Amino acid sequence: MKDAPTHYCPGCGHGLVHRLICECIDEMGLRDTTIAVAPVGCAVLAYDYWDFDTTEAAHGRTPAVATAIKRVHPKNLVFTYQGDGDLAAIGTAEIIHAGNRGENISVIFVNNGVYGMTGGQMAPTTLLGQRTATSQFTRRSDKEGFPLKIMEMMQVLPGVTYLERTSIHSPKEVINAKRAIKKSFQTQINGNGFSMVEIISPCPTYWGMTPVRSMKRIKEEVMEEYELGVVKDAS
Amino acid sequence: MAEKTCNLKIDIERCKGCLLCIEVCPVKILKASEHVNKRGIQYVVLTDPEKCTGCTLCAMMCPDCAITIE
Ligand SMILES: Cc1ncc(C[n+]2csc(CCOP(=O)(O)OP(=O)(O)O)c2C)c(N)n1
Repeated sequence: MKDAPTHYCPGCGHGLVHRLICECIDEMGLRDTTIAVAPVGCAVLAYDYWDFDTTEAAHGRTPAVATAIKRVHPKNLVFTYQGDGDLAAIGTAEIIHAGNRGENISVIFVNNGVYGMTGGQMAPTTLLGQRTATSQFTRRSDKEGFPLKIMEMMQVLPGVTYLERTSIHSPKEVINAKRAIKKSFQTQINGNGFSMVEIISPCPTYWGMTPVRSMKRIKEEVMEEYELGVVKDAS
Repeated sequence: MAEKTCNLKIDIERCKGCLLCIEVCPVKILKASEHVNKRGIQYVVLTDPEKCTGCTLCAMMCPDCAITIE
């Protein structure tokens, strides 16, 4: 990490996930050979905090950009960092097809259940019964559909190698999330193909609760819907 | 007096007062300060350095790299 204070709100999960990625890269000695692709969303300025090469892609298109970078620089570690609005809404096509092609890239998917950057609107991943800026009467399945589980959708694709859903609501889960990120990077280094780690992350500002309460909500409500664990491992 | 085994430092200018560290501290020696930092945020302070076990849980949960433990 660069020595710069982040612009994230107090208790935001992005800062923590940024740090986990940096720790993994340093422990694996990959700082000079990593190329990251930052998303559109709150993490759009990730390159201000990461001390390795990072580029930026259009909203949801990071897997397409990462595909090109990886094919041109097959020896470099290439990963995308995406929010749930970026990956599961506007970028659904890109992520599914990158997975289906079995691109040898890693995807870090930070799922906070809302569009943080634009003001807390409903995302495809928003829980049923959750109130957001664009679901004032809370999310209802008959009008807005069900929470979209990208991991389970990707599981059936033969091109996908490794999928795991983790969280950061407690120190134990933070350690586990870090292990999963490392495994995803290792999968790519071993040339085993597409891997993706979903990290359930808090957005205290648009969940309308304190950071401490947000972490409790992940444990009590979000994890009920999004079960943690390895979804697929063919590495 | 027992020799201090760890050295916990809080960068008060990086702290955003989310208080996640207080929640996970097993010996409850972190608390919100009565003062604010340059950004007007009520930062976290260490109340009893002698009791710190160096478990690093607070640093692990900190989203802002504000806690370092040596
Ligand atoms: C093509 C395009 N459409 C819409 C937007 C507006 N926009 C910016 S960020 C964002 C949502 C990001 O949400 P998410 O990916 O969940 O990330 P978060 O901010 O929650 O971390 C949207 C819709 C845009 N920048 N570009």
